[in-house]
Amino acid sequence: MSLTHEDVARIARLSRIAVTDAEIEAVGKQLNNILGLIEQMQAVNTDGIEPMAHPQDVSLRLREDAVTEPDRREVCQAVAPQVEKGLFLVPKVIE
Amino acid sequence: MKWEVVIGLEVHVQLNTVSKIFSGASTAFGAEPNTQASLVELALPGVLPVMNKAVVDKAIRLGLALDADINQKNVFARKNYFYPDLPKGYQISQMDLPIVEHGKLAILVGDEEKVIRVTRAHMEEDAGKSLHEDFHGMTGIDLNRAGTPLLEVVSEPDMRSPEEAVAYAKALHTLVTWLGICDGNMQEGSFRVDANVSVRPFGQAEFGTRREIKNLNSFRFLEQAIKYEIQWQIDTIEDGGKIQQATVLFDPDSGETRMMRSKEDAHDYRYFPDPDLLPVRISDEQIARIRSEMPELPGQMKARFVEQFGVSAYDAALLTSSLALAQYFEAVATATGQGKLAANWLGGEVAARLNREGLDIADCPIPAERLSGLIARVADGTLSNKLAKQVFDALWESDLSADAIIERDGLKQVSDVSAIEKMVEEAIAANPKAVEEFRAGKEKALNALAGQVMKASKGKANPAQVQEILKQKLA
Amino acid sequence: MINATLKQLSAQLAAGQVSAVELAAAYLDRIALLNPQLNAFITVDRAKTLAEAAAADARRAAGNATALTGVPIAHKDIFCQQGWKTSCGSKMLDNFISPYSAHVVEQCAAAGMVTLGRANMDEFAMGSSNENSFYGAVKNPWDLNAIPGGSSGGSAAAVAARLAPAATATDTGGSIRPPASHCGVTGIKPTYGAVSRFGMVGYASSLDHGGPIAQTAEDCALMLNVMAGFDERDSTSLERAKEDYTRELDQPLAGLRVGLPREYFAEGLASDVGRIIDSAVAELKKLGAEVVEVSLPNTQLSIPAYYVIAPAEASANLSRFDGVRYGHRASEYKDLVDMYEKTRAEGFGSEVKRRIMVGTYVLSHGYYDAYYIKAQKIRRLIADDFKAAFAGCDVILGPVAPTAAFNLGEKSGDPVQMYLSDIYTLSVNLAGLPAMSVPAGFADNGRPVGLQIIGNYFAEAKMLNVAHQFQQATDWHTRAPAL
Repeated sequence: MSLTHEDVARIARLSRIAVTDAEIEAVGKQLNNILGLIEQMQAVNTDGIEPMAHPQDVSLRLREDAVTEPDRREVCQAVAPQVEKGLFLVPKVIE
Repeated sequence: MKWEVVIGLEVHVQLNTVSKIFSGASTAFGAEPNTQASLVELALPGVLPVMNKAVVDKAIRLGLALDADINQKNVFARKNYFYPDLPKGYQISQMDLPIVEHGKLAILVGDEEKVIRVTRAHMEEDAGKSLHEDFHGMTGIDLNRAGTPLLEVVSEPDMRSPEEAVAYAKALHTLVTWLGICDGNMQEGSFRVDANVSVRPFGQAEFGTRREIKNLNSFRFLEQAIKYEIQWQIDTIEDGGKIQQATVLFDPDSGETRMMRSKEDAHDYRYFPDPDLLPVRISDEQIARIRSEMPELPGQMKARFVEQFGVSAYDAALLTSSLALAQYFEAVATATGQGKLAANWLGGEVAARLNREGLDIADCPIPAERLSGLIARVADGTLSNKLAKQVFDALWESDLSADAIIERDGLKQVSDVSAIEKMVEEAIAANPKAVEEFRAGKEKALNALAGQVMKASKGKANPAQVQEILKQKLA
Repeated sequence: MINATLKQLSAQLAAGQVSAVELAAAYLDRIALLNPQLNAFITVDRAKTLAEAAAADARRAAGNATALTGVPIAHKDIFCQQGWKTSCGSKMLDNFISPYSAHVVEQCAAAGMVTLGRANMDEFAMGSSNENSFYGAVKNPWDLNAIPGGSSGGSAAAVAARLAPAATATDTGGSIRPPASHCGVTGIKPTYGAVSRFGMVGYASSLDHGGPIAQTAEDCALMLNVMAGFDERDSTSLERAKEDYTRELDQPLAGLRVGLPREYFAEGLASDVGRIIDSAVAELKKLGAEVVEVSLPNTQLSIPAYYVIAPAEASANLSRFDGVRYGHRASEYKDLVDMYEKTRAEGFGSEVKRRIMVGTYVLSHGYYDAYYIKAQKIRRLIADDFKAAFAGCDVILGPVAPTAAFNLGEKSGDPVQMYLSDIYTLSVNLAGLPAMSVPAGFADNGRPVGLQIIGNYFAEAKMLNVAHQFQQATDWHTRAPAL
């Protein structure tokens, strides 16, 4: 299968990456090449195999419910693009 | 056409842990913006989530209370979408393997009990807050709330009216506060309801298309929003329109619902297991331990109150609407042996006064022990209802016992026959006109005479005895 | 001094033959001289480094020194380091001064090691050639026309060119081993979970491994002693007792069973690389090892499985770069979505964008089972292959890459060709096994070639033993490029 222009535009949109009309052809071609490589998997029978999400079959460690983090707003907001009254500013959010 | 309403609720229950679900940042409400957003909530490059044990315990507690299955292996997944109050660009939630599945919750609508099935309850992190007041046309982001632990409790579409939906939401609210896993504060967003609403012609098997009303933070708004939405959907269909699946917001000012403008690609969340977290495994021992720590549940306590104290099912349901109230009632009923009287007082005078003062039963200035003293004096005839109310008001204002107030204010009911006879004779002598009327067959005249006697006794005469003696003397 | 190993520097510092400040200054001078041609470092801060070195000298004077106090180290720019720009090779983080340090950085600092600077890398560790850095390609010190390998190309080149005696690095699909192989140095990635990922900017969380690059296996063991260990801030960090990775270095290899996977010596392996691996195996036989043939039949499938799982995880891991809280934000935009899209289009390079989009696609509605679940099933098959192979051998040997380093620009236009060059390394990451690259000779074009040693879970000490004994018998690891 092969991605269409619309597919590429949809993926770019979902990824929140601007892809211009001029770029879309080249990007689509590269993505299709990679998907072609990935398609090799479909030739293998994996019925009954349990998917492996992690190298180690271990369980999640849980921490005690305790407050351990200090307020580090000042140092953290020093690297923020736009801050006012302790808030991160972004273009208007419309609900 | 007759329409049937179908409602399912998704409730976001904030768990009352002291720290966040994936970091040691505080969850306290109302701090200065972003002072409780740690490196993890800020989603700095390289930081990783570390799970809070208390969240698992509280989820199991709710699961057991809902008589649900606890998945002893459950898995966190990433739900991907971009939003400024979601710093990682994904929410850590649970998808294929939630911690709790297949529960049920009984509700009472009118006199009828109905069981609502709970599909699942899963653990997830709350988002931050977007503040829309004007920052030069921009929005401010506060991530203090981000990472607060939530249980999302999803019901089956089992409710058939706004009343049932509200009853379910209230029952769940009671349960989570009863279990001590949520503070239940709806104004602060600790308990938020999304309602999936659809309508279909009566008798039709398949559901209509649903619309989801987001973020209802009071029972009143929940009811208003569903009612409006039902009417809107029926009107739309009857006008020849079709319902499109949508997410809507309720505007309390206009009382209407409206479509959300964001989230246009929200339906492709690209869930996958979070590789930064391993599966949560819960041992039999852990479940057994939590089971052994479970309090008696509202449903069980309700049945027991009917059985043990002889109160009506309706009263028992009211009395078990919160753990504090139920415990208060049980203390009074046990101390006095007067279940019905205790129920009447709690549902009447006590509830009215608390309501007037804007207080919860937990903040009631009269502890159960002192109310028991009052009820004992009503039961043994020492106090008339009227005097009892006077004593109740005095109890509210002071720390004295009922007996001490009765003694101090001389409020003991007079049941001494000779004393009452004397007052009755004086009343007859002073009101010949009333006596005449009564003898002429005007029953009401007797009340006027009784009133005179009560007045003369400063309200302390036993009213039943006054009536009886009056009738004797006038016979 | 500049050619000294960690072990030797440690001894010289302990003996007072050199101070940490003198050592740091010598390396800083060499970096100033050679980095303009090699581009191995993104950030060097002489004042900061000398201050750390002075503190190390003071610590030694106070009698609190560890074996590595005062020894200089280069940190891959993927490890967050408080007060240092942590760019991850990306324009997205070009302005990001980290407010905190990674566990690995903390561990090195706690040992008293002195930060020489921040090593160049492929952007967000995505690349096999180190041509994907926002700060430009790293050059191979053996041949400035050759790639150094990626993504830890800066780390490997720095050690090869003796700009640093050791460097931290990471390996998600091979990012430690091919650079070590192509630059003629030694590098190891331990078992998944042995080195904390806290503070390591995430690419593909279930595949990301931290590890060291140094001149020798012995130095790698010393570095692992510092870098590895349980960290409660990483939920995938393994709770195991601290181990001494040097403990088996001097054991003889008699009776060692060495597995050679048939699939690693099949079509696609360059003949000169094949010959080098053969003679390395012959050397180990001389040291007493027995050779057995093993099979890893699903090796070929590691490429598609990796290029589903890694981009899928990356697509989510890199969503946090949104221009809201730190990092690049586009200067002009018409609304929120436009801000996101422009910020990310400008901030990320083309390979990163490609992988994010591939990952987004394979996770999207309707494709999840066909791609993501399928890849995870294949991941299990690959891990099971290794399990079966290790039933019959102690370590597995093979090439690191099909060829010696290729030329800069040779494959940069064709992502798929680039991906295929990681055929011998990807499956190890999918399984989460430890593996290393040890210098083993030079290809026909004069570029270095490494031998890959793959161990069973937690067999790092055994692998380091094999590598160390090999290095006692050979001198490939002592060769340095003429610069």
